[in-house]
Amino acid sequence: METRTAFHNRLREIQDDILAVGSMVSKAIARSVEALKNRDLELAEQVVEDDKKINQKRFEIEEKCVELIATQQPMASDLRIILAVLNIISEVERIGDYAEGIAKIAIMIGSEPPLKPLIDIPRMAEQTESMLRRSLDAFVNRDAKAARKISAEDDVVDHLYDQVFRELLTFMAEDPKTITRATRLVWVAHNLERAADRVTNICERVVFVVTGKMEEIGASKY
Amino acid sequence: MSINLNVPNISNKPVDKCVTKLNAEDVNLFYGRFQALRKITLDIPSCAITAIIGPSGCGKSSLLRLFDRMNDLIPGVKVEGNIELDGIPIYAPKIDVVELRKRVGMVFQKPNPFPMSIYENVAFGPKRHGIKNRGEMDEIVEKSLRQAALWDEVKDKLGQSGLALSGGQQQRLCIARVLAVEPEVILMDEPCSALDPVATLKIEDLMQKLSEDYTIIIVTHNMQQAARVSDTAAFMMMEPDRAGVLVEYGPTAQLFTNPKDKRTEDYITGRFG
Repeated sequence: METRTAFHNRLREIQDDILAVGSMVSKAIARSVEALKNRDLELAEQVVEDDKKINQKRFEIEEKCVELIATQQPMASDLRIILAVLNIISEVERIGDYAEGIAKIAIMIGSEPPLKPLIDIPRMAEQTESMLRRSLDAFVNRDAKAARKISAEDDVVDHLYDQVFRELLTFMAEDPKTITRATRLVWVAHNLERAADRVTNICERVVFVVTGKMEEIGASKY
Repeated sequence: MSINLNVPNISNKPVDKCVTKLNAEDVNLFYGRFQALRKITLDIPSCAITAIIGPSGCGKSSLLRLFDRMNDLIPGVKVEGNIELDGIPIYAPKIDVVELRKRVGMVFQKPNPFPMSIYENVAFGPKRHGIKNRGEMDEIVEKSLRQAALWDEVKDKLGQSGLALSGGQQQRLCIARVLAVEPEVILMDEPCSALDPVATLKIEDLMQKLSEDYTIIIVTHNMQQAARVSDTAAFMMMEPDRAGVLVEYGPTAQLFTNPKDKRTEDYITGRFG
């Protein structure tokens, strides 16, 4: 028989909130790269605007956690969940900032002619977005095994990043006039690479919730 | 102090239907020449659990007992100021105290079942209020025991003595006994201080369920309990002449994360008291 119904309901609610913010951020990544790819400045502006909502949600979740710590004396796995939520929400919010950063680069590029059709950058975005979504699922499902697996997938993003960088380097070497445009795309790829790294931090928190151990899993190449 | 309840509370109760159930205005309480409470003003919301905390002797229980006029029984007691239940002054001369105590029930620190069967314990109040029909009484007993989350544990032994139950069960029996007369307000004076931690959490869970239908006020020494269970909290302390005053009153989450008064902060962080 459960004896702390109200507290445990509240704890579940906070985890639902994290999933909701996760899906906002996941959408932000997809849209920022879409805006870049399609030169859609309106969509880019929208991503920048929506980031305010993400930041707001983050503060709300933090406040709920503080309230639960102050009033409910959480113990053992309950305590680990709340601590993990506090960590995870700041990682998720930061990934949102990377998406916002990409949207701002899209605005900066504006209507300049494209350097090349974007192929690997959208792939990086897709991979990162999928890792983010699955890492949060692993969190609510308390699935450490999945978390370790997702974390290992960071290599895929790192590999794509190398590829993007090498390719852009050839453009710049061939024609210095492309340097500005190419550099901006490097920034975009860098944002995505960082975002995927943040996902590995989320995965570490999942392992912590399940096992109680803090450990670094899958150290990133970058 | 009145209160805006439009803030998150632990049980996420809707607050839009919330009204002031009890209010005290400028209340002074004297036991003989000793002033136990000074200028207490507060509104108790209907849809909430209100906790009263503070160091020993600060007048928490005295304040609680004002709401069902239990202090009347103490010789030399004098109450000044106004206390209202649903806007009706309860210290007015025409007030029927028995009727008042039917609407405002009390659960005490030490579980105190009557030395009679479980059934008789719960039926005691309704019987005195005139219920005679056996079928009707059976219904009241079952409903009250269910509400008190005790039914499943005692349904096969309703004829056994209430005193044979465990401490936690006895306290839930006492809650069932209060519920049987269908009160509107339940006052609880340290209801868990004689119970083990699991029995305590069960009572707390029960309180939260009951607070959907009843106004609950709990006095507790256990600050963590107040934090866990209540929606609004009042912090009291003693002035130099030992009269109790209300220092701060507000949403529980706020009182325990960011109290407005330095004295509250000092008390809840263990810097005095």
